[in-house]
Amino acid sequence: MSVSAEYLQSGSFEELALPLFDQLYNFAHWLTHDRAEAEDLVQETYTKALRGFSSFNQGTNFRAWMYRILRNTFLSSRTGLKATATQQLDLEADTAPLPQTTDTVTPESILIERSNHNLLQAALEELPVHFREILLLCEVEEMSYQEISETLTVPIGTVMSRLSRARAALRAIVRPKLQRT
Amino acid sequence: MACDSWVPKLDAYLDGELSAAETSALDAHLRGCSACAAQALACVQMKRALKIAGQRFTPSAEFKARMRSQLAPKPAPSWKFAWAFLAAALALLLVTVLLTGLSDRRSRQQTLVSELTDLHVSTLASASPVDVVSTDRHTVKPWFQGKVPFTFNLPELQNTSFQLLGGRVTYLAQVPGAHLIYQIRKHEISVFIFPEKALPAGFSPSSSKQHLAFHVVTFTEGGLRYYILGDTTPADLDSLADLLRSAASS
Repeated sequence: MSVSAEYLQSGSFEELALPLFDQLYNFAHWLTHDRAEAEDLVQETYTKALRGFSSFNQGTNFRAWMYRILRNTFLSSRTGLKATATQQLDLEADTAPLPQTTDTVTPESILIERSNHNLLQAALEELPVHFREILLLCEVEEMSYQEISETLTVPIGTVMSRLSRARAALRAIVRPKLQRT
Repeated sequence: MACDSWVPKLDAYLDGELSAAETSALDAHLRGCSACAAQALACVQMKRALKIAGQRFTPSAEFKARMRSQLAPKPAPSWKFAWAFLAAALALLLVTVLLTGLSDRRSRQQTLVSELTDLHVSTLASASPVDVVSTDRHTVKPWFQGKVPFTFNLPELQNTSFQLLGGRVTYLAQVPGAHLIYQIRKHEISVFIFPEKALPAGFSPSSSKQHLAFHVVTFTEGGLRYYILGDTTPADLDSLADLLRSAASS
């Protein structure tokens, strides 16, 4: 896969896209669980973005646009299809009433310890891909709900409810492990 | 408002997505409710831990470089730039060489004129300026036989204002030559004759020079380089030069 010279006229594309490179790669690796696949995914994302850059609406959120391309590319890939097929997410549930999360406070400060990063990373990997991606976009990329909504192409209400579910699911995985340690 | 109604909003609150009014209301609630405050703290800690744990993978340097080279437009401009750079470097080199050569030449000619002036002045200041004292060219010319590795003709000075005083052997840049002293209206003029080929390069100024109000006129004739130097007018020097030149070529 190579990027042909005719697309290189848009000098501002590099200026916008290159600073996102490391973070896009991190996101891609989280989605694919594999370095080679993550590299392919990032490369395809940049190629598609470069081709479609003329249609990119200047003034709208470039970061959300790049992440959306990456995510859509992933979801249509073999790994992506497999991930969404085996980890079924009832999207209808996004709008269902949220479970109450008033359970007793556990010492999540333990997670701050460096030794527990692996535990949290393992829990993140266990999560269904839709939960994993929304947590990464919110906590790692620090995207606003509006940006997440643009990236995932879902309404803001769905962003909020899915984020709550994702956090609850993560806690559900982490807590028993923390109690064991 | 009861805790139950706040708990679902804690996440949005910590994500900075609550409205200003709701944010200040929840602020107030957290100050008074230790249970909700503890839960908020746990959520903040989870957010922090996730931010760190989530930044897990970094692209390899090789992949990064590959992507960069694919995205960066470079081949054509870089060649253009290289040619421009090369041309600029060559131009700079040429200018440097020319300037160095020029200043080198200038400084050599300056040295020559200074040395001739020194010879002229020190000779005239001497108690015996000339070794062969004679106004007769037929006495002076033979005197140089065996003393300098060349021979020369001297002009007939009848009907001119010039008078030959005599001659001596001299050296310029380790080259032996003839030093003749002429006089015109009380002004002494030195005439130096050297074999042209033996002189270092740059000792052949193309035009007359002036140094400390002394004038130098020079020409080459029959393989000999003549320097005529004095404190008289350039016109006098030129007319003496003409006489010498015609004698040399006859």
